[in-house]
This record gives sequence, C-alpha cells and structure tokens, in this order.
Amino acid sequence: MKSLAELEAIRKATISKINVRKENEAETVRVVVGMATCGIAAGARPVMLSFMDEISKRQLNHVTVSQTGCIGMCRLEPMVDVIVPGHEKVTYVHVKPEMVPRIVAEHIVNGRPVDEYTIGAAE
Amino acid sequence: MREIALHLLDIVQNSVTAGASLVEIGFHLAEDGMLSMSVRDDGCGMSPELLARVRNPFVTTRTTRKVGLGIPLLQQNAMASGGDVTLESELGRGTTITARFNTASIDCLPLGDLAETLATIIMGSPDKPDFSLTCSSPAGEMDFSTREVRAVLGEEVSLAEPEVVQWIRDSLREEIEPILGGIMR
Repeated sequence: MKSLAELEAIRKATISKINVRKENEAETVRVVVGMATCGIAAGARPVMLSFMDEISKRQLNHVTVSQTGCIGMCRLEPMVDVIVPGHEKVTYVHVKPEMVPRIVAEHIVNGRPVDEYTIGAAE
Repeated sequence: MREIALHLLDIVQNSVTAGASLVEIGFHLAEDGMLSMSVRDDGCGMSPELLARVRNPFVTTRTTRKVGLGIPLLQQNAMASGGDVTLESELGRGTTITARFNTASIDCLPLGDLAETLATIIMGSPDKPDFSLTCSSPAGEMDFSTREVRAVLGEEVSLAEPEVVQWIRDSLREEIEPILGGIMR
C-alpha cells in the first residue's frame, strides 16, 4: 500500500474535527444517496464522491454523507435526500455530479434548497 | 451498468447484507485477455435451493418488492463478452461469486473506476465488514486491505471520514493504473 504516513497525518487532523462534531450532534446535516442497483446504474457513485469532495473542500464538519437502498422510484435515480435538522427533508432527483456544488453551496451552506432540482419540480 | 466496477459496487452489497466480517475482492487479468472478478465473503451463505434460483430476476430476499436484478445483470454482461458467472455457497460458511469477462471482445464492458468503487463501498460500510482487494495482470500485482487502514486510524477515526475516503480512492487509483490501466476505459 502507498503512503501510510499520509494516512497517519489524516488521522491526526481528523480527530479534533470529530470531537467538535460530537459536541454539535443536534446540528448535523445528513446527505443520503440512493445506492441500490437502480441508483448505481443511473450514476450515483460519482454523485456520492462529488458530495464527499465538496464537503471536504469546504471543510463542512457538520455534514455526513451516507447511502441507502432502493425506495421504489428507480426512474428518478440518482436521488439524494438532504436532511437539515428542524427543516423538512428535501429530495433531489436525477442528480449529476455537476449539480452537487450548487446543492452544497445554496442548500447546505446558505439554507435555500435548489427548487429546480427537487422531486417537486420533476413531478 | 456501464462499467464492470459498477457491477462490483452492486453485488458487494449482497455480502454486506449477508453479515460478512471479511469480503475479499479479486481482479485477475490473464495473458489472453480473460478477466476474472471474484467476491468471496464469510457471510450467512445460501441454501442449495436458493443458490439454484438466484440468477432468476424474480428471486430476491428483500421483502419490499419481488425483483432483484444485481446478479442477472452481471451475468448478462459477462456472457455478452463470452464469459460467465459462477456461484459457490454454503449455509453458515459464505458465498463466492466469480464473473469472467473476455476483455478482447468488442461487447465487453470497460473495467471502469475501480478505485472510486472501492472508496464508495468502504464509505457505505465503514465499521464492518473488512474488505481486501487484490489485482493482478501480466504487468504486476497490488493488494489493499481495510485492516491495515484501520490499524493506522485507530478506533476514533471512521473509514467514512471524507479525507480517509479520498485517500483510499487516490492511493488505489495510483496502484491499480499500472496493472489494469489497459482495460479501464
């Protein structure tokens, strides 16, 4: 395996962030990407990694990204839920990696969901 | 699915759901262009009855609906290239699935972004199971294991931390490229 020293540096840098997150657990924003056969085939993998990259680039320690299975609306995949505490869940549909920076900037950072990407606009 | 690596992302979930503690993934490219992708887990395994039926798209263990397309789609793509899928399983011991692809065929899918698939798999199941990856070809071989990553990170830092996931993806990309780069795209 390549440089484990690099990984050790990541560990040190991450531990303090984790402690801050634990103190603010009630404010954690959750991003949930559909990753069943349908989501994967529709392109969910690069979408998931784009959220990862964007969150790490902006140092958004209060955001977690996780995966879920198929919720039965396969034709709208890739689907992404953004859950901000105290607000209703927002579901984005047909998500592409290019849409991710805008969702992160407008919704997660500034609190305004990107209406045109949501399931409400698609239906 | 447009990549063999996407099939891997899909079928590995079966091993996770089977409660495996170790999932061993292997990609071996032979001189003649035959690529074998194997996933071996030590999960709950399948009964001979279920094993005989899992290639049927109308067989699934989930209860939300009656179709399961993971293995049928993999088999379709393997066969389209002139390869096949074999399954071995024993209740309580685990399951091994091996898909063979003839990469010399015009109908063969590209391998795709295996590093991104591994990073996504690990992110999705950061605590259990452990995953290992070995790749080999006439050009060389590599191996990777989440056990080694866990040993460095300790208990506090999850494998799902964005920086860790990025490290996994980037270091795997570097290591896989010289071995399987020829069939990636």
